[in-house]
This record gives sequence, structure tokens and C-alpha cells, in this order.
Amino acid sequence: MAEFSTPTTEQEFAENFAQLKPLMNRTEALFESSRCLFCFDAPCIKACPSGIDIPQFIRQINSGNDTGAARTIYEANYFGNACGKVCPTEVLCEGACVYNLQEVKPIEIGRLQSYATTKVIASGKKLFGPGAANGKSVAVIGAGPAGISAACELRALGYEVDVFEAKAQPSGLTVYGVAPYKITNEETLAEMDYLQAQFGYHTHFNSPINSREELIELENKYDAIFLGIGLGKTNALGLPGEDKINCTGAVEFIAELRQQHHKIVVGRKVIVLGGGNTAMDAASESARLGAERVLLAYRRGKEEMGAYEFEYDLAKGVGVSGVFNVAPLEIVGDDYVAGVRFIRTETIDGRVSEIAGSEFVEPCDMVIKATGQAKQTQFLSLIPGLEVDGKGRIVANAHTGQTTNPKYFASGDAWNGGAEVVNAAAEAKLTARGIHAYLSK
Amino acid sequence: MPDLSINFAGIKSPNPFWLASAPPTNSGYQIMKAFDAGWGGAVWKTMGVPVVNVSSRYGGVNYRDKRLVGFNNIELISDRPLADNLREIEEVKKRFPNHAVIASLMVQSRQEWHDIVRQSQDAGADGFELNFGCPHGMCERGMGSAVGQEPKILQMIVEWVMEVATKPVIVKLTPNISDITEPALAARRGGADAISLINTIQSIVGVDIDHFAPYPVVDGKGSNGGYCGPAVKPIALNMVKNCAQHPDIQLPISGIGGIETWRDAVEHILLGASSVQVCTAAMHYGFGIIREMTSGLEQYMVDKGFHTIYDFVGKALPNVLPWEQLNMKYKVTANIHAEKCIGCQLCYTACEDGAHQAIKLNADTRVPEIIEENCVGCNLCSLVCPVEECITMDRTDSGTEHLTWKERVEAGTAPTEFNDERAGGRHHWVPEPSAALGKERHKTLPGKARIYAGETEAPAEA
Ligand SMILES: Cc1cc2nc3c(=O)[nH]c(=O)nc-3n(C[C@H](O)[C@H](O)[C@H](O)COP(=O)(O)OP(=O)(O)OC[C@H]3O[C@@H](n4cnc5c(N)ncnc54)[C@H](O)[C@@H]3O)c2cc1C
Ligand SMILES: Cc1cc2nc3c(=O)[nH]c(=O)nc-3n(C[C@H](O)[C@H](O)[C@H](O)COP(=O)(O)O)c2cc1C
Ligand code: SF4
Ligand code: SF4
Ligand code: SF4
Repeated sequence: MAEFSTPTTEQEFAENFAQLKPLMNRTEALFESSRCLFCFDAPCIKACPSGIDIPQFIRQINSGNDTGAARTIYEANYFGNACGKVCPTEVLCEGACVYNLQEVKPIEIGRLQSYATTKVIASGKKLFGPGAANGKSVAVIGAGPAGISAACELRALGYEVDVFEAKAQPSGLTVYGVAPYKITNEETLAEMDYLQAQFGYHTHFNSPINSREELIELENKYDAIFLGIGLGKTNALGLPGEDKINCTGAVEFIAELRQQHHKIVVGRKVIVLGGGNTAMDAASESARLGAERVLLAYRRGKEEMGAYEFEYDLAKGVGVSGVFNVAPLEIVGDDYVAGVRFIRTETIDGRVSEIAGSEFVEPCDMVIKATGQAKQTQFLSLIPGLEVDGKGRIVANAHTGQTTNPKYFASGDAWNGGAEVVNAAAEAKLTARGIHAYLSK
Repeated sequence: MPDLSINFAGIKSPNPFWLASAPPTNSGYQIMKAFDAGWGGAVWKTMGVPVVNVSSRYGGVNYRDKRLVGFNNIELISDRPLADNLREIEEVKKRFPNHAVIASLMVQSRQEWHDIVRQSQDAGADGFELNFGCPHGMCERGMGSAVGQEPKILQMIVEWVMEVATKPVIVKLTPNISDITEPALAARRGGADAISLINTIQSIVGVDIDHFAPYPVVDGKGSNGGYCGPAVKPIALNMVKNCAQHPDIQLPISGIGGIETWRDAVEHILLGASSVQVCTAAMHYGFGIIREMTSGLEQYMVDKGFHTIYDFVGKALPNVLPWEQLNMKYKVTANIHAEKCIGCQLCYTACEDGAHQAIKLNADTRVPEIIEENCVGCNLCSLVCPVEECITMDRTDSGTEHLTWKERVEAGTAPTEFNDERAGGRHHWVPEPSAALGKERHKTLPGKARIYAGETEAPAEA
């Protein structure tokens, strides 16, 4: 029995995808900020990949200086508002909060962060601006967390910045990938508008850079090029039947969901293949779209799933059930998906092996493959001298983000292999400094 | 079951909890409701020539999310005609003959004092409280604290009242004076039967920083008011103690100031009060708080084996000494119980910046360590630690020696010169000033830069 009925209006969609971290009001923010101990050398700061001075901004909220709080946040992380909502805070700042050791609920750092930044975004107050023009310019490819963060920091340092984005909207996977119950499109885009209004970088949407010719043009025109291209499409499984109708990649499914909301159609019985966070998201989302049964199928044991425990709990909480130690062999059906043929597996000494004769077919009318995103190796091969490592990640200087082609710099998923918004934002800010150091030589 | 009843200078009351003269005792309606709820007595809102109040009368001090840790007002005495108040006193006394109804009074001339005392007596009041405390408005008219600050005038008025009073007379003292025992002694000389303290403390409770006026704001302006609520309890306790210890005062004391729970009441009683009065807490939470107060007091008395209030009135007084009589050989040292520590390091930064650099941090643990030889036993770390019982102050002297400052002075072993060898901090370790430089500077940098002090840094490996 489905826990959610299929949403047919924007309002029903919003109800099914209610925000996990709703906006605080002043009273809640006051209460919560009052609890913060203002730890010395606070562990929450250390656990934040962008190193936000958390006790400082919480104290600022507490004393009624919401604008100052937002400044503290943005000084460390240009995606401050989005991060407050989409960061896996349970394993980052909030997971490190000293209250955990006392078995007291940790400070809701994420929600406080969104509280302060939402206020300043709504007010339009100017906190930052471009630095004095230094006559140089940088092209940024990709308007995701990495690209936009680099653009902001580069503008602050006085560069002219052009951002080229394949899609129609900025923020990358924040608006095309993150689960809708974590952040709304409006919230995401409001922060993007706010940043652009302050820093004044130029954005070019629907402008993929796809060819060597286009790259040559950029190389000639700009002093440096920042790669914030993230990852690519969902990896193919290489299984028979993968091309059947209603067998889709998780990233593609979610991108459509974020844009179409209730207008997208989910199967009655959905099988999600994978054990990572994206699999958890896709399963939760299918359930919230009204699927009657959602099965999460993972080829190893439950404990070996890459997903955070709280993400699995979240999926279970909306009625998703997990099947473990099963490997898909084939997507069965005629034109449409009718089921998945699995074989049972066992893990011996860390190696998964199939158990002969244990095959079975699990019927379904939709398959979502959450088996990882492919790297953009095809595109990267167009850049002369640019090396990627064995896993397809861009090789770049750890301190400056400079790639093996000195004109190119990189951050975010394309560099780290796939992490979180906060990592991309923090890395790009540092890489912008690396570009500056290089161009100031 | 312990007996909570009191006989305060001849005023009987089923328990020691009285409502102080203030808005909660403005009318018979409120007082009847309070008695019904369990209060033992009430001091009627001060009567005199009725006043006219301004609108916007109260201001509050909030601490973080805690509302009204301090409270102030610019209200005056009762604005109701005397006849109405007296009629209602009569009605309350008829309905509650065993509860204490005390008439609080404030007038000017001898004749007025005589008239109002007689009329209140006739209405059935069990006693009087002379309001010599109001620190705003009334004092500008030569009443309230203007009287309380002039012992001679205070004494004279008490004498006028005693000329006609047939019921016990309590003098309510203002804390807006450098030595509270002076007006208390004047009250005694005038023949008063008891004293009550403290009235509110002259205050500005806060400033509206957008409109540049003190709270409470009246049409863009404000005035100093009277401060009360939990924040004033320490001041009140000290003044109660001063009056209770003075050998020449020897009057029953009604303790007032910051009482909200049974615990606050017990503290006032241990320092010499034999009835207590409450205003702000009743204004904040209503009369219902009395249930917690009486039940807590009862439980405390059961636990301690006290049968009546008088078993512990002033019980802490022998232990309140002048500083010079404290034992300087007594030594406590901070002790961190690592298993309870949550690693907030507030103790570290408090001792490092605010005390004696007696706590250090070690690599690979967030649990700080006490440097015992540097610890002076000031308590600061144990006060800031957010975990109950996590830092204890443990006795580390032998417990056999006793030496006071007084004895040292008498023995000639106390420091007397600027660079005296016998200075307390003389041989105590203090770091070199320049060792401080650079310790905190990185914290002023934003984001990851604070860790790498401005260096660009590698993003973590995925
Ligand atoms: C399903 C899913 C859920 C996630 N949930 C969370 C979450 O809850 N919390 C969290 O913190 N993180 C989450 N993440 C991870 C997070 O979204 C990414 O780590 C982050 O967006 C990486 O930022 P980026 O800028 O490196 O890449 P992206 O966000 O992928 O942005 C890259 C941008 O570059 C554009 N682009 C790529 N190639 C080109 C080209 N050749 N020319 C022009 N433009 C190009 C793309 O269109 C895209 O807009 C999730 C990821 C996925 C897939
Ligand atoms: C432990 C301690 C010692 C103090 N010593 C002095 C002192 O030596 N000289 C002084 O003028 N004030 C001294 N003060 C008073 C403070 O300077 C200050 O006036 C008072 O604490 C009120 O400020 P607050 O708002 O911080 O409470 C001391 C305060 C404390 C807490
Ligand atoms: S660890 Fe928790 S309590 Fe300490 S500063 Fe951070 S949020 Fe505040
Ligand atoms: S204040 Fe208490 S909890 Fe915090 S570090 Fe010190 S001992 Fe531990
Ligand atoms: S008692 Fe005082 S001196 Fe001793 S460790 Fe604690 S704060 Fe430092």
C-alpha cells in the first residue's frame, strides 16, 4: 500500500515533498541559537568542509545580527543557503556538535544557516561586491556549485567572468539533482540571483562547450579557464533489456522530477538498482510520487551500502523496502519494462559472488538505475595535456586546483569524483585563489 | 507534615508566601483568587491619594531565549479611589479571616497618615506596610524612596503611624541606598514592628537602539524605573542578611526580591526572612506558581526534618562572615571528570582568557587537562562547564590548618608594600606576555583559510 497518493497539483506535490528542513521563524531561531555553547575551537567548524565559523554566526543570530550572520556564512561558502538545506549535516557539522556526546539533540546548524541567509537574500542587502577590475578575465565552464562559487570569488578578486552552462538554469545538481524535499527550485534560484546581483558575473545558459573549436576560442579570449563540469550521465549497466521503455537512469529521472514536479509519471511498482545516496533519493522520490511499491535492490549486504544511514532511514520511512545481496542480470519485458531478473549473491572476504541457480524475476513496471554517474572523459579529452586519473577524475594541484594544462583549473565533482555541494563550493573558492596566484605571477 | 504557618510580628498567615504590593494585589478580585489558589497573604497595592499612570509602563531584560530575567516598571501607587480599596479589603477579610491582608500605604502629611491608617484598620487590615521604597515618580513628589533614603524623616513618619496604629507596622525599605541598615535602624527607632525588603532598584532596563530612548518608551521618551525579578535576588539576599545580622535591628524581616521558586524562598529564609513576598514571578506566570512553592518548601522541610519555618529562619547567618575571617588555608582544585566531558572546551578558554591559564589542551583529545599547580581554585571553569558535575572543585588542602586574613594582619604576615614578597600571586606562574601573540589571529580568517592561515589548501580527497 502506497504511503503517498499520486500528486496531481503543485500543492499536493509540495505536501508529498514537504521540506525536511523547513525555514525557522525568529522565535525558533532565537531558541535554537540560545542553546549553542560557543565552543572553543568548535568541532562543528572543523567538520564543515567549507570551514564556516558556526558559533560566530549562531551568536550573531542570537544577538539579532542576522545580516552579520549571513556575512559570516557567505565569507566561507557562497552556497550558504543551499548548504544549510542540502548538506548531510548529520555526518558533518551537526554530527560533530558536542551535544551528541551528552545525548542531547545537536544544534540545528543547517536550519540556522538557512534562516540567516534566507533573510539576507529576501532583503537583497548587499554584502559583497566585485573587486577593482584587474583587466584579466576567466571563463567558467559549468554553473554548478563549483562554477558559481569560483565566479563569485574571481569577481571579488577583480576578474571579468563569463560562465558557460549547458542547461537553462544555474546551480547544477542543486536544482537538477538534489531531492526536492531538501530544497525547492525557488530557494535554489533565489540564492543564484542574489549572488549574481552582488558579484555581476556574466552567465550564458544553454551554452554547452562541446568542441575543440569552442575551447580554442575560450583559450584565446580568456586568461584562464575553470572547469566546474561535474559528472555525466548515469553509468550504463551493460545488461540486456536496458533500453526498454521505463528503464531510466536516476540522475535523468531526478532532473526531470525537479523540473516537472507532479507532471512526471512514476511506475506502480518501481525497482531502484543501487545502494548509494542517489539510490535512496530515487527510491524516496518514487514513493512520494505515489508508487505502490518501491524496492531497493543492492548487490551486497545492507551494511555495505554507500548511502548514509539517515538517508536509508528516510527511504524506509516513506515505505521503501530493501532487498540485499541480489544482482540484476536482465531487464525483462517486451517494449516496456516488466521485471528484473536477479541472481542472489553472497559476499565472501569482501568479494561478491553469485549463487548458482538462485535466479528469480521480480516483476515491476519501472526500473531506476542508480549505479553512479559517468565521468566526462569524452569532453576532457578535448583539452590538450589535461590528465585524468584511473577513475576518470581530473588531476589537479592539491593547493591551487591547477590541472596539467596550466591554463585550466578544476574543482567540484569533476575533480573529487563526486561529493557534496559544500565540497564543490569550498574547493572552488580555494581554486579561484589558485587562479589568482597563477595570474598574478 | 511540616507546619508552614507563620506569625509575623503578630500577623498570622497559613504559609509564608505573600503577594507583594504590586499589580497582582490591585483588587479584591485578584487577592481572593490568589488566596483560593493557595497564597498565605497579600500586601495590598499601595494606597494613598490615587494616581494617574502613563501607558507603556514595563520593560524587561531577556537573557538569550529567557524572558524577564529582570523586569522594570514606571508605575506609581494605586490609581483606584481609597473607598473602593477599603471596601474590598473588608470583603476579602470576611471571606478569608485567617489569611493575611496587609495595607500598604504612602501619603504625605501627618494628618493623612493618621486618616489612612485608621480607615484601613477599620476595614479589617491585619497590618500595615509603609512604602518608603518606590524609586520613580513618587520620590519626585517627596514620597517613596525619597523618605527611605532619609532615616530621620523615615523615623518621624513611623512615629506618626505608631501614634494611631493598633495593628503591626512593617516598614518597606528601598535598596537605593549605600547602607541598608541605616533606614532599618531608623524604622526600629521609630517603633516599627518589622521591616520588609527590598523594593525595586532604580534602573534603566534597556535602550531602544532604533529610536534612542530608554524602555519602557512613552511617546518617544522614557524615565528611570524600578528593577526587580530574578536578577535582583542576589542584591536582596545580601541586604536581608545585612539587616538580619545587625545586632541593633532585631526585627522580623519579610524578604522580597527575585523570589520565583521555593528554593529562592528558602534562601531568603535561611538568611533571616520569616515571610517572603513575590511580585514579578506572579506577574509572569500567574498565581498558580504557589503550588510549586508550597510543595517544594514542604518537601524541603520534610527532607531536612524541620517542623516549622522557625526551625530554619536565619540558619545560614552564622556562616556568613566578613571576608577577613575566611580560612585562607582552605584549597580547592578543579577536577575534570573525563567520562562526562563533551569537549566544548569552554573551561579551557575561560581559564585561559579569564582566569589563570591553568587548563591545557592536548593533541588527539578534546578533553582539557587541569594544570594543578596553576589552579587557584577560583571555580570559574566549573561554573562555565555545561555538563552537570563534570568539573568538580575538590578539596586539596590537608583540612587541618586554619588561618584568616585577620590573623595574618594581626601576626604581621600580610603583604603591606607594593612589591611585597608575600603577595598572593607573587610565586604563581604567569606566561610571558608575548607568548599570547598569534594564538587567536587565525580565527579572524573566513572559511578554510582559518585553518591554513591564508594559504590555499587542498580540498579533501574524495
Ligand atoms: C541525485 C543526487 C543527489 C544529490 N544530493 C545531494 C544532497 O542532498 N546534498 C549535497 O550536498 N549534495 C548532493 N549531491 C551532490 C551534489 O549535487 C554535487 O556534489 C554538486 O552539485 C557538485 O557540484 P559541481 O559544480 O561540481 O557539479 P554539478 O552540480 O554537476 O554542476 C556541473 C554543471 O556543469 C554543467 N556542464 C557540464 N558539462 C558542461 C559543458 N561541457 N559545457 C557547459 N556546461 C557544462 C552542467 O550542466 C552542470 O550545471 C547529489 C547528487 C546527485 C546526483
Ligand atoms: C571577579 C571579578 C573581579 C573584579 N574586580 C574588579 C576590580 O578589581 N576593579 C574594578 O573596578 N572592578 C572589578 N570588578 C567589577 C567589573 O569591572 C564590572 O564593573 C562588573 O563586573 C560589572 O560588569 P558586568 O556587566 O560584566 O557584570 C570585578 C568583577 C569580577 C567579576
Ligand atoms: S559544537 Fe554545537 S554547541 Fe558547540 S559551537 Fe558548534 S553548534 Fe555550538
Ligand atoms: S567545560 Fe566541561 S564539558 Fe566542556 S571541555 Fe571543559 S570539562 Fe569538558
Ligand atoms: S578553578 Fe579557576 S584557576 Fe582552576 S582551572 Fe578552573 S578556572 Fe582555572
